[in-house]
Amino acid sequence: MSQVLLIEDHQTVRDGLQLALTRQGHTVDAVATGEQGLDRLRAATADVVVLDLMLPGMDGFEVCRRIRQLGDLPIIMLTARNDDMDVVAGLEAGADDYVVKPVQARVLEARIRAVLRRTAGESRRGAGDRSGPEQHGALRIDRAALVVSKDGVPVSLAPTELRLLLELSHTPGQVLSRQQLLQAVWEHGYLGDSRLVDACVQRVRAKIEDDSSAPVYIQTVRGFGYRFGPL
Amino acid sequence: MTRRRWADGRAFGLRVRLLLAFALLGVTTTAVVASGSYFQARTVILQQAQDAAVMSLTDQLAQIYPLRQLPPTQDDLETLAQRLSDREGYAVVVYRDMRAQGAEAPDLLTPQLRQSVRDGVVAWQRISVSGEPVLLIGTQLELDRPDGASLPSGLEIYSVRSLAPEQQSIDRLATLAWLTGGLSLVLAVLLALLAARGVLRPVRELGRAARSLGEGRLTTRLSVRGADELADVARTFNDTAATLERQVGELRRMEADARRFVADVSHELRTPLAAMTAVTDVLDEEADRLPGDAGRAARLVSQETQSLTQLVNDLIEVSRFDSGTARLALDDVDVAAAVTATLRLRGWTDRVHADLPPGIVARLDPRRLDVIVANLVGNAFRHGADPVSLRLRAEPGWLTIEVGDDGPGLRPEVLAHVFDRFYKADTARTRSEGSGLGLAIAWENARLHRAPGQRGSLTAGNAPHGGAVFTLRLPRVAADDVEETR
Repeated sequence: MSQVLLIEDHQTVRDGLQLALTRQGHTVDAVATGEQGLDRLRAATADVVVLDLMLPGMDGFEVCRRIRQLGDLPIIMLTARNDDMDVVAGLEAGADDYVVKPVQARVLEARIRAVLRRTAGESRRGAGDRSGPEQHGALRIDRAALVVSKDGVPVSLAPTELRLLLELSHTPGQVLSRQQLLQAVWEHGYLGDSRLVDACVQRVRAKIEDDSSAPVYIQTVRGFGYRFGPL
Repeated sequence: MTRRRWADGRAFGLRVRLLLAFALLGVTTTAVVASGSYFQARTVILQQAQDAAVMSLTDQLAQIYPLRQLPPTQDDLETLAQRLSDREGYAVVVYRDMRAQGAEAPDLLTPQLRQSVRDGVVAWQRISVSGEPVLLIGTQLELDRPDGASLPSGLEIYSVRSLAPEQQSIDRLATLAWLTGGLSLVLAVLLALLAARGVLRPVRELGRAARSLGEGRLTTRLSVRGADELADVARTFNDTAATLERQVGELRRMEADARRFVADVSHELRTPLAAMTAVTDVLDEEADRLPGDAGRAARLVSQETQSLTQLVNDLIEVSRFDSGTARLALDDVDVAAAVTATLRLRGWTDRVHADLPPGIVARLDPRRLDVIVANLVGNAFRHGADPVSLRLRAEPGWLTIEVGDDGPGLRPEVLAHVFDRFYKADTARTRSEGSGLGLAIAWENARLHRAPGQRGSLTAGNAPHGGAVFTLRLPRVAADDVEETR
């Protein structure tokens, strides 16, 4: 099915999650520290990382940042505490989604599938889209090839980030609420955590905007949500 | 406001009473002393004047002795009267029907005086002649007989003299007495004010300090001045406040310790629970295939693991409210859509009569709204009776959600504790029906939504037709950082 790298320091939790995810058909590579996890990623590939934030040695945030530097691998955080600061810091470090421990295997599994669909699903969606590349100011979005470039230079976007940008740019000038974006991009049921959207918007802005504090492409509409343009 | 009115309403406060007491004391003392000395002095002055007059009269009479003959002629009387008259007064000489007077004046002699003189007494009388005090002194000359005895001669001599100078002295004395009285009254009032200030200032300070202490500022202390009773009171106050502060501090520490303990325990429980929860799905799937008891045991473990997880999550949530670390994750939310989602996710859509006008957008924490609504509706299902109704309304600046049921309603004793942690209205209620923290968490979640001048609330009551009604009220636009006002 898919290759899951599980980084979790507590052995019983690690074993439990590995057992449950394996039964769901995933191939689970389970390690106890962030350092080991990073070593594994350099040696082999994975489709998704499930990362505990509370780790001995290198903490989860740092591991998250290092993984982001390696590439656009989807990351799902496990937060031991439902601590808002942890969640925000983790999302800023580049995590795509998070679940709060204790978590039932099927909940984590659903998140893993959703995040994988963002990666794999794009090509499928894009395949049906024959409209050709769109040009928005300096930004060129090719839905078929799943390539975004700015002034001719390709922009490296993580799957969730790309999905968010595609969703917003699909209807330029139209406001989408955070909850709508959570449903469309993250596949969360209603009442998801809007900070996922905010953190992801920040990351996309940092990559495509000239000035993140005065965004042009992804604009905040206070009281409603986000809007692509108008340019 | 109330305190102010109360203070003003004290017609006989300490200050007024002190003033009155001092004034009364001053006036009484002055009156007694002044009037006493006035009358004393008056008597002395008059007595002296009188004695002097009597002395002078007898001296003069001694020079006139001896009377040469009896009865005297009218001329004798005139001469005598002239000789006895001087600047200070004049004399009246009477012998039987004859009468001589040293000055032109009306007859002032009273019958009582004359009678006394005739009886052989040196008599005196003070009378007032057109407002002026006059002293009358009378005596009867005596005849020396050859054998040494003396006989009344029948010749009466009266001296009439004005007491005006003495009266002036006495008047001055009276004026002085009044003046002294007035001054001492002023002095008494001043002293009273001073004393009142001296007493009232510490009393006021004490009152202020006691209020401050009552408002929870346990570090309040008084400055102790002097060694009087008020200083004693201040010292006692300080001791009491210090004890109170220490004990409250101790209690707070203990409470904080207890809360930290609950939080720590909850966190510690999370790791084993995380491992167990991860495999409950495995247990659920395998339970059907396991034979008899093993299958039932597997289901039981799975079920209770979930309950325990819920309880621990709720405990952690509660401990975050207690430690003040709970924060809002605000979003602009279509409230009707949010409530619909809450009901749909839990499969309650068909069991709840929801009145949800569309288009009510609010800035709130959608996760917390979900928790509140789910708790209220779940509670209505458990303790009330179908149908459960849910009504969303928008007011200027606020939104309200009412969740009602058709059950028996809440008894007054339940109503008072319905948001207490682990409060169970029905002792027969089993733990599996909820952690016992649901409504407490809902209440805290409501109160966490704040805006300047607004604070969310969750209240419980009974509908007129019976049945419990929980009313959630949230600010339309909650803010991230509202100054804590406790």
